[in-house]
Amino acid sequence: MPVQADNTLRSATISVLVDNEAGVLARVIGLFSGRGYNIDSLTVAPVDAAGQWSRINVVTSGTAMVIGQIKAQLDRLVPVHRVADLTMDGPHVARELALVKVIGNGEQRVEALRIADSFRARVVDTTLGSFVFELTGAVDKIDAFIELMRDLGLAEVSRSGIAALARGSRVI
Amino acid sequence: MSAELTQSGAEILLRALSDQGVEVIFGYPGGAVLPIYDALFNQNAIRHILVRHEQAAVHAAEGYARSTGKVGCVLVTSGPGATNAVTGLVDALMDSIPLVCLTGQVPTHLIGNDAFQEADTTGITRPATKHNYLVKRPEDLARIVHEAFYVARSGRPGPVVIDLPKDIVINKAPYAEPAPQHPSYRPRTEPDLAAITQAVALLKSAKRPVIYTGGGVINAGPDASAMLTEFARITNIPLTSTLMGLGAFPASDPRFLGMLGMHGTYEANLAMHGCDVMLAIGARFDDRVTGRLNAFSQDSRKIHIDIDSSSINKNVPVEIPIVADAGKALAALLGAWKADRTPVDTSHMTAWWRQIDAWRDKQSLKFTQDTSPGGIIKPQYAIQRLYEISKARGKETFITTEVGQHQMWSAQHFRFEEPNHWMTSGGLGTMGYGLPAAMGVQIAHPDALVVDIAGEASILMNIQEMGTLAQYRLPVKVFILNNQYMGMVRQWQELLHGGRYSETYSSALPDFVKLAESFHATGFRARNVDELDDVINAMLDCPTAVIADIAVDQAENCFPMIPSGAAHNEMLLGPEHESSGIGVTDEGMVLV
Repeated sequence: MPVQADNTLRSATISVLVDNEAGVLARVIGLFSGRGYNIDSLTVAPVDAAGQWSRINVVTSGTAMVIGQIKAQLDRLVPVHRVADLTMDGPHVARELALVKVIGNGEQRVEALRIADSFRARVVDTTLGSFVFELTGAVDKIDAFIELMRDLGLAEVSRSGIAALARGSRVI
Repeated sequence: MSAELTQSGAEILLRALSDQGVEVIFGYPGGAVLPIYDALFNQNAIRHILVRHEQAAVHAAEGYARSTGKVGCVLVTSGPGATNAVTGLVDALMDSIPLVCLTGQVPTHLIGNDAFQEADTTGITRPATKHNYLVKRPEDLARIVHEAFYVARSGRPGPVVIDLPKDIVINKAPYAEPAPQHPSYRPRTEPDLAAITQAVALLKSAKRPVIYTGGGVINAGPDASAMLTEFARITNIPLTSTLMGLGAFPASDPRFLGMLGMHGTYEANLAMHGCDVMLAIGARFDDRVTGRLNAFSQDSRKIHIDIDSSSINKNVPVEIPIVADAGKALAALLGAWKADRTPVDTSHMTAWWRQIDAWRDKQSLKFTQDTSPGGIIKPQYAIQRLYEISKARGKETFITTEVGQHQMWSAQHFRFEEPNHWMTSGGLGTMGYGLPAAMGVQIAHPDALVVDIAGEASILMNIQEMGTLAQYRLPVKVFILNNQYMGMVRQWQELLHGGRYSETYSSALPDFVKLAESFHATGFRARNVDELDDVINAMLDCPTAVIADIAVDQAENCFPMIPSGAAHNEMLLGPEHESSGIGVTDEGMVLV
């Protein structure tokens, strides 16, 4: 039978191993913006001892055809060594770090600290009127924490974007 | 170590180019590339062709590359030299033409300082090239040049830019031989044999199969075209080609349905619409080919062979994807077809061919030429006569075109028997492509007949290259179908915008005969049908470059036509056929 296009949208966490050279991130970002793909999260850092390779983790969304396109387009970039769709290839872990600044006094401040404790957030900076919490975890956990802080003096958020690896002994 | 370094970066660069087989560079000098020009002056291995505009240098290299199968090479200066080259680079990117473009750059210590003639060339050309490099250390220079040529010609070919700061080409640099293997870029070229077997089984069981081929077959080399021809002949499957693929299969073969798509033939488009199995080879299902996507060949099962995996399942979902070089895949297909003993049910094929012949009987390319004295020349007739007269003379002939109606009429009425003899700007649709491309072809084939079939509007976009033709005594023939309109835009205005011809009349045209003469070429003019053959013969006899100004019917439109947003079976035929009113939806109007 002729193949029909599946138009349901899904999220995909894509990891890309690239040469750690000038312009490689611009190539990847330019590919996404130039072709109208979404970037929901993006991280990049060198990952080998010699500093020759970087790993880029991108969270994107689209139809199966679009995500297939994104992988194929990434794969044909010259400095790209490997591309993996962690969402499709099997179970994976994805974690993000957030720094959350909360400004407040009195009971609000106590409540913020109590919630932070239950989320296992660490206080990395404090003054008499403010906290900076450091929180690591899955994206929805961080979303939930930030949501709770909104009524308790949330002032500023800085998030890293996700780092992700396949579970088990598999590597990309 | 330093005692061994006796050559400047510029000399290392030229040595690496020579080792990569470069014989010709198309370029234009400037401050940042002076040391390279100095090194060129002192050697004879590489010939430099001085163009009149950097865009033309890139198109000339494209014509050179497409007619020879080699990598074209360009040299331009920093800043405006590089930005002028960008249109050519995107053109080569869209049409998968292998090029290496060397751009000058301000010295490394001035980069980022807004220096004179500085532009962020790698930033500007990143989406305009397959890959680009900025050479930052002399010891990287030779390696990068070798790598650039490898990247340009491997996988799906394309343009590569090397940005060369002035200090890098002045300072001494070490030489390096080409590396045996690229660390990351190793495109797949061998087909998956299981998929080939599946494809053969599907094709053998097909009742209404069709082969749809594109420029990928040409890029795979002449052997791929020969195997394609053999495959179509032993399978007796009808074959249609994209604009870029013309010549891969002989137009004289009865299995050839002509070009498909927006201005394709009735039989090609209806065969695509009605087929049950489609074999696509080296073609990318672009919007000019598919028409409205959700109505494109809905009932067919599709096999797609392409060297670029991102071209597969991009626009149209396919059942059997095969990532491979078109030539290698065709060799495997031929082998598997011959080895497979399953008989083909010829009754289905007979019925399918009967249907196709009925579509052919429509004669969708038909036009009527008034041959009475003083009759106005139909543009199709001018191309037909150019084809017939040049063919009768038997000289190897290459055709380039500009962009517009004349380009589509050339694709429809000039019949190509061999690959690499037809150069046109397909993907980007660059007006001004044809003359410089013809220049590049003539440099590669000095004794061949090279004709740029042009429109009077397009030709003016790179008319300065008449000077290059004169300097190098290149006998390129410019055959202008002059209707005094930007014809294709005028056609859309007539059909879609109520005949409001906004800014499409070519006022104040030059006298093309005098223009030719001022550039040391020869000019001819045909005002009516009585003069046409004489002008074509005089043009072909003329030892110099020629501009032939052919006055053609101003009102002629290019048919058949699939209007924007329409399906293959909603094609408009011309006035020769029963009038079918044009119906373009609002959705179609936003398409180009």
